[in-house]
Formats: sequence, C-alpha cells, structure tokens
Amino acid sequence: MRVSYENKLGSIIFLMVSCLLIVFPLVYEDRNLLIIFTQIFIFAIFAMSYDILLGFTGIISFGHAMFFGIGAYSMSIFMKRFEPEMLYVFLALIVGVFLSAIVSYVVGLLTLRLKTHYYAMLTLALANLFYVGAEKWRSLTEGADGFTFRIPDFLRERVNFYLITLVLMVLVYFALKLFIQSPFGKVLVAIKENEQRTESLGFNILYYKIIASIIAGILASIAGALYAISLRFVNTSVFSIDITLDALLMTIIGGVGTIIGAVIGSGVIEFSHYWLTSLVKLHWIFERWIIFFGILYILTVMFFPKGIVGALTALKRKARHEKKHDQSDKMTG
Amino acid sequence: MTSIIETKNLGISFGNHKAVDQVNFAIDEHQFTSIIGPNGAGKTTLFNLLSGQLKATNGDIFFCGKNITKCSTVERTRLGMGRSFQLTNVFPNLTTLENVRLAVQAQKKIYFQMLKSVFSYKDHSEIAKTILKTTLLVNKDDVLAKNLSHGDKRKLELAMLLALDTKLLLLDEPTAGMSVEDVPAIYEVIERIKEEKTKTILLIEHKMDMIMNLSDRIMVLFNGKLLADGAPKEIIANETVQSAYLGGLYDEYTA
Ligand SMILES: Nc1ncnc2c1ncn2[C@@H]1O[C@H](COP(=O)(O)OP(=O)(O)O)[C@@H](O)[C@H]1O
Ligand SMILES: [Mg+2]
Repeated sequence: MRVSYENKLGSIIFLMVSCLLIVFPLVYEDRNLLIIFTQIFIFAIFAMSYDILLGFTGIISFGHAMFFGIGAYSMSIFMKRFEPEMLYVFLALIVGVFLSAIVSYVVGLLTLRLKTHYYAMLTLALANLFYVGAEKWRSLTEGADGFTFRIPDFLRERVNFYLITLVLMVLVYFALKLFIQSPFGKVLVAIKENEQRTESLGFNILYYKIIASIIAGILASIAGALYAISLRFVNTSVFSIDITLDALLMTIIGGVGTIIGAVIGSGVIEFSHYWLTSLVKLHWIFERWIIFFGILYILTVMFFPKGIVGALTALKRKARHEKKHDQSDKMTG
Repeated sequence: MTSIIETKNLGISFGNHKAVDQVNFAIDEHQFTSIIGPNGAGKTTLFNLLSGQLKATNGDIFFCGKNITKCSTVERTRLGMGRSFQLTNVFPNLTTLENVRLAVQAQKKIYFQMLKSVFSYKDHSEIAKTILKTTLLVNKDDVLAKNLSHGDKRKLELAMLLALDTKLLLLDEPTAGMSVEDVPAIYEVIERIKEEKTKTILLIEHKMDMIMNLSDRIMVLFNGKLLADGAPKEIIANETVQSAYLGGLYDEYTA
C-alpha cells in the first residue's frame, strides 16, 4: 500500500524531529527560540483541529476562533479568580473543553444543515458574536484591554511549559492519525468527497459532521487555553478573525487534509511572523506582516494548491514514476 | 406473499410538470424487472422517489409491506434498498478499493468506530476485493476512481452497490455512455447477479437485446405514466408501446 507507506514516512520524520525538539532546550539555551517553538506547538494543535473540519470533512468554518477564545478565557478567568495552582489549571481545561463541546454541538445542529458558504458565513457571524460579547462583558473580561494573571510556578518555568506543549502536540498528532485511519475517519473523507453518495451508502452524515466539529472544537479550546498560559494575558483578540485566519493559512500552506501539514504550516507561519517583525527596523512595511501572509496565501493557492506536503508528495511520486520508466526502458531496451 | 416493493398512486410534480404520475406496481421477490421509456419519461425520477433522493408529492411506497414514503435515504438503504446512479456517482479522490470498502463498512454497520484502524478489519478489504473480482475490476485496486475509464467507473458504481448487499437493487442505466466494447462486461456482471437468485433487480436500460434476455417483466414509462406492464413478449406485442416508444425500431422481437 503506497498511501500508507507515505503516511508512515511522515510520522517517522515527525517523531524524529519531536525527539530532537525534546533535547533541544537542554543543549541550546535561547529564551526567544523556546517561546517561538512553544507558540508553534500550540498553533499546530489549533491548526490540526481545523484540518479535521477543512481537510477531512470538507467543512469550511470561519468561526474557529470561537473555540480558541472559549479555551483561552476559561483558563484566564480561572487563574484570575482562583489560585494559580495546577488543580485549577486542570479544572479550567475541563470547563473550556466542556463549554466548547456544547457550543460546537449547538453550532453543528444549527448550521451544519446549511450548504457550505451559508455555513461559513454563519460561523463568521457567531464568532463575531462571541467577540462582541467579550467586549461588552467587561466585568468578566475587561474587554479589549484585557487582563494579566498569574500561573502556577511549574508552568512559569519556560522549559516545562515548552515540553508540555510539545508532548501534547505529539499526542494530538498521533491520536488524529489513528482517528483518520479509523472507520469513522474514512466516512469523514467520504463526506468531503461526495456527501450525497455517502448518504446513499447508509451513513447518517449529520452525526458525522457534528462529532467532527465537536472534536475540532475541543482541541481548539485546549490550544486556546495553552495560548493564554503562554502569554499570561488575555484580551478579546483571542476571538478575532485573525485567529481563524491563522488556522486557515497554516492548514492551507502546510497541506490540507494531511495533519502533518498543519504542523508544518504552523512552523512556517510562526517563524516568518517572527522574522518579518524583526525586519521592522529596516522598513515600516514589515510591520504589516499580514500583507506578506496574504501574498504567501495567494502564491500557495496558485502554485501549490495542495500545500507544502502535497507538493512534496507529488515530487516524490514523479521521481518514482521516472525511476519505473527507466527500469522498463532498460528491460525493453 | 407480500411483494418486496410496491407503489400506490405514486407521483411527483416539479411545478406544473408531473414527472411521475399515478404509478402503481408491485414487484415480487427475486423478479427481474426492466423499466423502459424515452428520455425524459421519468425513469430516473421514479428511482429517486423509490430510493428517497426525492420526496413524493402524492402516493405511497411500500418496502416489504412497510410504508417507507417518509423514510430518509439512509433509512431506506439500511432497510435493504440500494441503487446505482445514471451519472457516475463515486468518491473521485479515493482508490477503487477504498470506494468499495466504504460500502462494505456500511453493510457491516461499522458506523462510529474511531479508535481502531480500518486495516484491522481484514475481512472488509477481502470482501471488497472479491467484489472487485466479480465486477471485473481486478488490478485496479489502488487506482483513484477519477482516473478510471468511463466503463470502469460504471463497474465501480455496480461494485459499490453489490458491496451494500441489499435485497433490492435499483440499476439506473448501468451502460450509459459506455463504449460498445465495455457493454458485454456490465451485462455479464448483471447476469451473474441474476443467476445468484438472491436479489430483486429493477433495471433502467435502453439496450433492448439486454432487456429482452434478462427481464422477467418489463414496465414502460411514458410522460410519467405507466403505459404498459407485463412479460417481455407481451410488451413487444403491445401496439401502444410500439407506437409510443419502440416505434417499430425493434421489429425483430415481434417476429
Ligand atoms: N429535480 C428536478 N427538478 C425539475 N425537473 C426535474 C427534476 N428531475 C427531473 N426533472 C424532469 O422530470 C422529467 C423526467 O426526467 P428523468 O426522470 O430524468 O427522465 P428519464 O430518466 O426517464 O430520462 C424531465 O422532464 C426532467 O426535466
Ligand atoms: Mg434517466
């Protein structure tokens, strides 16, 4: 099986790189780099959760920030209102996951019956509702100004937090790999390919879409909670469209429907973000990094519609094809 | 004995146009019935009503004695009605094997398992491969469905239907748009299914020789109405049918 072989190769590389990343903070001390990597891991989880929707089920959502924000605010509010202890970190995570599960279920019920673009618009509107809600409910959120909070000492240790996010990312990656190889995951892909045909095989597609969006919502909420911990600060921007766009950009640049693509995309975007901001000294244009991402996005869609992973796989296929031809030439020649 | 599928005054209108109008029939188990009629007669629409893709404007449908008029496509499939489509309707970016495997998975009722790999269901792939053999698609396992020839896509359509292992098969023009060389293969596949005598088959076709050889019974649809219904010989001899549809084109069979 060619397909599963390529899958395995991706996973092996991923695992090897992850192992290197585990020892990285022990051999190389660079606070900045540590922080960037932590961000990459967090956004990789977020982007992978988005890939379940976009890449596997073919659901286009413009409201994924909704769940990221719920996770971020659950964590922040718990840390602010209660003691910064690990117990409350876990409680906050559970509450965030629980809330996102409910919201994604309701969103699923309300909107998954709609055709793609209507669904996309509705999720955009709903996420905006959360954004406005967070602005207005100042007593809890302090609006756009936001608030800082303390976190447990264990997590304040940058290396610890780095390792936790890394391990979580690896776990999510392998869990999703298994998920996507499961009978359930195969039906999701079938839905993306041909919804009506999937139905006529006797699969109840609404259930699949709802379960997929709940899983995506839960993972996004965990990413949001980690994000809040990493900043020790939260404001309404966690609900903003930029967050959704990040996920969209990461999955598309990395390669939609590949899981590993989301991780690569997260790395590419976070690093280029960092690099572009460091160029601000040279010219003010670099402050408008979103312009560059826009250009990057257009170039990707035009030249690598299947993202980095897709382009690599195509290259490899081509190489193998040529090799085959060479061999058959030799045999006939 | 109750019939496997039965319609009572079945009809559907698109605006003012009655695409299917007051259709009544009852089909016995293991009967092979063909539906013929000119383009636009309403044959595909009738199938869409039977399989649930469209909801009837009036009338009822019974499957094994149960009124299923209000049942969804999913429920009807699970009850034992399967159909193939006139316009090829497969999963283009999945391999041939994966297309069929999904149908096997549906038949095995593995709906929500998300903690096991599909590779651990060895029997599913085995069944899928056997069906690919029956439908003359061996060695095409890992070809993406979109890269198959038109004829092979039609075979895949049939393979997916077989994998569902339903009691009733609705076949909508399985040879539509096929090159002449490909037709015998499809014919062979359908004949094999018929020989097994475990399925009830409703076939929409235009190729008269195929219909005459396979059918126990023929129904003629014309402007949404059931014009004639009977054994192949009767239908051929029927003058209304002759003038309305066959138009003397198939004189050889009246001889
Ligand atoms: N969804 C639809 N909406 C409107 N008209 C339709 C629809 N489906 C079929 N029709 C019309 O119903 C008639 C019967 O079509 P169809 O069942 O496809 O014919 P056949 O399969 O016998 O060639 C045609 O006039 C067609 O235009
Ligand atoms: Mg038709």
